Amino acid sequence: MSLSSLPEPVRSVTIVGASLAGHASARALRDLGFTGRITIVGGEEHRPYDRPPLSKDFLAGTAVASDLWLEGENEDLDADWRLGAMAASLDPATRTVMLADGRTVTSDAVVISTGSFAKTFPQLPAGVHTLRTLDDAIGLRAELTPGTRLVVVGSGFIGLEVAATARGLGVDVTVLGTTGNPLSRAFGTAVGEAVQGIQERHGVRIRNNTRVEAVLGQGGTGGRVTGVRLISGEIIDADVVVLGIGSIAATDWLEDSGIELGSGVVCSEVGETSAPGIFAVGDCSAWFDPVRGTHHRIEHWSDSRDRPAIAMAALLSIDAPAKALRPSYLWSDQAGSRIQFAGRLLGGETVDVEAGTAEGGDLLVVYRRGDEPVAVVGINQPKLVAAWRKRLTAPAIARPAIARSATSASEPSEPAVSIA
Amino acid sequence: MRICALADIARGDALRVDTVSPPIAVFHTEDGEVFAIDDTCSHQDASLADGWVEGCEVECPLHASKFDLRTGLVDAPPAKRPIRAHTVTVSDGDIFVTLSTADPNLPPGVTL
Ligand SMILES: Cc1cc2nc3c(=O)[nH]c(=O)nc-3n(C[C@H](O)[C@H](O)[C@H](O)COP(=O)(O)OP(=O)(O)OC[C@H]3O[C@@H](n4cnc5c(N)ncnc54)[C@H](O)[C@@H]3O)c2cc1C
Ligand code: FES
Repeated sequence: MSLSSLPEPVRSVTIVGASLAGHASARALRDLGFTGRITIVGGEEHRPYDRPPLSKDFLAGTAVASDLWLEGENEDLDADWRLGAMAASLDPATRTVMLADGRTVTSDAVVISTGSFAKTFPQLPAGVHTLRTLDDAIGLRAELTPGTRLVVVGSGFIGLEVAATARGLGVDVTVLGTTGNPLSRAFGTAVGEAVQGIQERHGVRIRNNTRVEAVLGQGGTGGRVTGVRLISGEIIDADVVVLGIGSIAATDWLEDSGIELGSGVVCSEVGETSAPGIFAVGDCSAWFDPVRGTHHRIEHWSDSRDRPAIAMAALLSIDAPAKALRPSYLWSDQAGSRIQFAGRLLGGETVDVEAGTAEGGDLLVVYRRGDEPVAVVGINQPKLVAAWRKRLTAPAIARPAIARSATSASEPSEPAVSIA
Repeated sequence: MRICALADIARGDALRVDTVSPPIAVFHTEDGEVFAIDDTCSHQDASLADGWVEGCEVECPLHASKFDLRTGLVDAPPAKRPIRAHTVTVSDGDIFVTLSTADPNLPPGVTL
């Protein structure tokens, strides 16, 4: 089939990846009036569930699995669910998805929403965990008993959240970061100091500028982890190790498809891949960002949930009035503190502490390019962050294409509360 | 219960009213409609008056759950439970609210 003969209108859609972005895509299709066939292929056995609690309430035991399901109580997407089925490859010309069990699904359009996998190493001893899935969280939680010595490798969001939750369970926790204060590389020293303070007051040991050389275990396959060795030669004993060293886009199954891949599936600013009729959304995708002028992969919950509506309108060729994308938004809850980020950091911004102090754990930091506020971080400042987020909606840089009919929506609005 | 004059809440803004327990949030939408719902998100302790309003929907400022301003029903996760919607009347330029008699769905850890 030649690419110019794409079925019009679209009568069937296959969604690969049954999590936040896949579920939001199916919902968006139905909300946009699509009545055709929707097939949802999901590698996990579970219905779509929410991941953020996996390092927070669910790990702490204050939320249970039934709190995590993303589907509404009476929601019926009228979809054909193929759960526990990994997609093995994709033929873009016929939009056929081959499943690992040999079955195939062919449709008029395909949505790729396979998210990310946690980075890890091969052949690790027992007791070394990564945290990405519900099953990972169940396995980790079983090991976090009081007095256990946990070493968290990596001082990014997931590592810090696991550390705080584990400490709350009475676990002895050491975090090993490769940078200065946690999160300081992305957000600057003030935020780094504040986050370090929050963790330390909670009883978490944080060691910065370290480098782990090896994870140590008792001999033999399946031997139990005993600790980690730093490049300095120092050994830190551990009963449990969590690797929080980042993630990679789950695009392995697309390698032979010919679809352009970078840090994620390379997409236009409405989520279309290099192959017509094939879209990508969520953590696995790198949409074109007109402000950066490059493709950029975002791994935030709210982007993964919100962008599918834009992509599905484009997939159905609905000329909906283009809505300006809101500034990217991320939260992290650690040791009872709420950390929120909104906006876009390209590097080189000026950093102004607008409220609070690092020691007080109540910072509000605004990042500016020239005079223009482009991003904000709040620590226990939800009101100020909410107000600043609304001010960030209109980036100073003119945004072509998608923003063309969105001038009124992106008009800067005054914050709802005054900012000192 | 009289809340305030309609003119006191600009279009697109919301007012948190904490003289009642639990507090409520009164929204004046861009389209000029007025709605009142419980202010506290049913997921965790966040003030919906700080949220984003789009059409007849408010998005929680913390974890982005969406609630229908007319009914209080959850339109988007992670919240599971609806919040109460209250009856609003606007008369002679003043906003009046009759509180719902249903039990509020407060988040874990928040009590009246
Ligand atoms: C522990 C944890 C805590 C987090 N906390 C926060 C937070 O506090 N705030 C925040 O903003 N974000 C947070 N995030 C990030 C957020 O959860 C992600 O941005 C979001 O889950 C991305 O959704 P997604 O649907 O794109 O991908 P995912 O949720 O990763 O889902 C992808 C799905 O596709 C499946 N899949 C992969 N490959 C295949 C294949 N070949 N065939 C079929 N299925 C496949 C996977 O099994 C998975 O179910 C957190 C993430 C984790 C793991
Ligand atoms: S507090 Fe409202 S969604 Fe979490």
